[in-house]
Amino acid sequence: MLEFKNVTFKYSEDDFYMMKNLSFSVKKGEFISLIGQSGCGKSTILRLINGLEKPENGEILIDGKNINTLKDYCAFMPQKDLLFPWRTIEKNISLPMEIKGVPKSEMHKKCVDVLSEVGLLEYIDKYPKDLSGGMKQRVSFARTILAGSDILLLDEPFSALDSLTRMDMQEWLLKQWKHFGKTIIFITHDVEEAIFLSNSIYIIQDRPFEYMEKVKINSEYPRDREFLKNTEIVALREELINKLRNRREQ
Amino acid sequence: MKKSMPSIIVTLVLFIIWQIIAVKMNASYILPSPLEILQKIWELRDILIGVHLPATMGVTVLGLIISIILGLFLAIIMDLNEKIENALYPIIIASQTIPTTAIAPLFVLWFGYGIWSKVLVTILITFFPITITVYDGFKSTKREMEELLITYGASKKDIFIKLKLPSALPYFFSAIKMAIPLSIIGAAIAEWLGAQSGLGYFSKRMMTQLDGAGVFAPVVVLSVVAMLLVSIVSIIEKTLIKWRKEI
Repeated sequence: MLEFKNVTFKYSEDDFYMMKNLSFSVKKGEFISLIGQSGCGKSTILRLINGLEKPENGEILIDGKNINTLKDYCAFMPQKDLLFPWRTIEKNISLPMEIKGVPKSEMHKKCVDVLSEVGLLEYIDKYPKDLSGGMKQRVSFARTILAGSDILLLDEPFSALDSLTRMDMQEWLLKQWKHFGKTIIFITHDVEEAIFLSNSIYIIQDRPFEYMEKVKINSEYPRDREFLKNTEIVALREELINKLRNRREQ
Repeated sequence: MKKSMPSIIVTLVLFIIWQIIAVKMNASYILPSPLEILQKIWELRDILIGVHLPATMGVTVLGLIISIILGLFLAIIMDLNEKIENALYPIIIASQTIPTTAIAPLFVLWFGYGIWSKVLVTILITFFPITITVYDGFKSTKREMEELLITYGASKKDIFIKLKLPSALPYFFSAIKMAIPLSIIGAAIAEWLGAQSGLGYFSKRMMTQLDGAGVFAPVVVLSVVAMLLVSIVSIIEKTLIKWRKEI
């Protein structure tokens, strides 16, 4: 579904390349995570996919078509909820639809449907200040869903939450992923979070990186916390942590 | 009330000190006491409130409205276009280096003793804080929020209406709260330098008669009006922008 073909990129203000000739692909309906050190280029990959940055060389394809020729192919959920404090929850999640010119009655119906799905329908007329951190992230996710795209780009969406809320949100996200059937590209610093959520994990190399090591998580969904205690999974977690630490020391 | 208690106490103490010094000096043409000023306001209430206050308020309101329109226009076009920003910003800053009291008589020379010379002085003083504060409001918009809208396919117009305008609203109210006293000061300066009515003009007339309390009386009326107007704007702001602290 999504394919990076020999993508080379560097920020104009930097004198080094973030990535060179990077190629990888993601299948439709997959949940993949990108892990790596801070500043290694995880978010840059999402910025390239959503068109905020343009590659110097190479191309990014969705179903074989260059993203430059496409619209509304992906929806981005940032690290902070970025809810607009002057808008109600309904108005906040309507934003992508407002921009696309969806009729008001249709927007309202979709908002009600999605808010019911994420369990926040009673907050439809409330403001972001009335919600907890976890609720705000669920609203942010609802807004991402209502962008109407098949690929969701989630940039460390739970990193600011406390550990218990974070666990709840991870389980909740898996249910939402199954329900909406989207393709998710998820960025995280947390190896355990990546293992729990993903079909596959891509490990980002040092800068500039030319390939990402792919690790498949061979376990069926639905998953629960017990799955993280499996001997194989514990070993995998240690292996991934060691890989990341070794790269930092190099 | 609890919050304003310290400032009420300090103000009262200052007035008491002022009263004691004025009574000791016993030269009300130089330093009238607060009680003498209040007495003067009461004696002159009809002419101050009925004749001169409306004249000054006419200049203030007209100057303020034009300043708001001009300030918003300049802030918007500077935000929309970097070249316009580069061209206008230094000129707007330079306009504030002009000594208003020196240029005001020129306006009287050019536009006569009518209302427009005074309105111009008011605008010259007032448009600047509105322009700069609202412009800062537009620039304060979070880059991440703007990028999020871009990922939804937002145009420049969408970003302006859905993000920049609401983000700048608290700044707009701050600008208005700064602009109100400045517009009153501008109107009073303009009247002081050349007018046939208004509280500034009245204050100057009392000066020529060495009536210290008469000079202070219109100044006090103007201060009270400014405080009242700013309070009204603050109430509107609190009603409209409950999310100010969330930004």
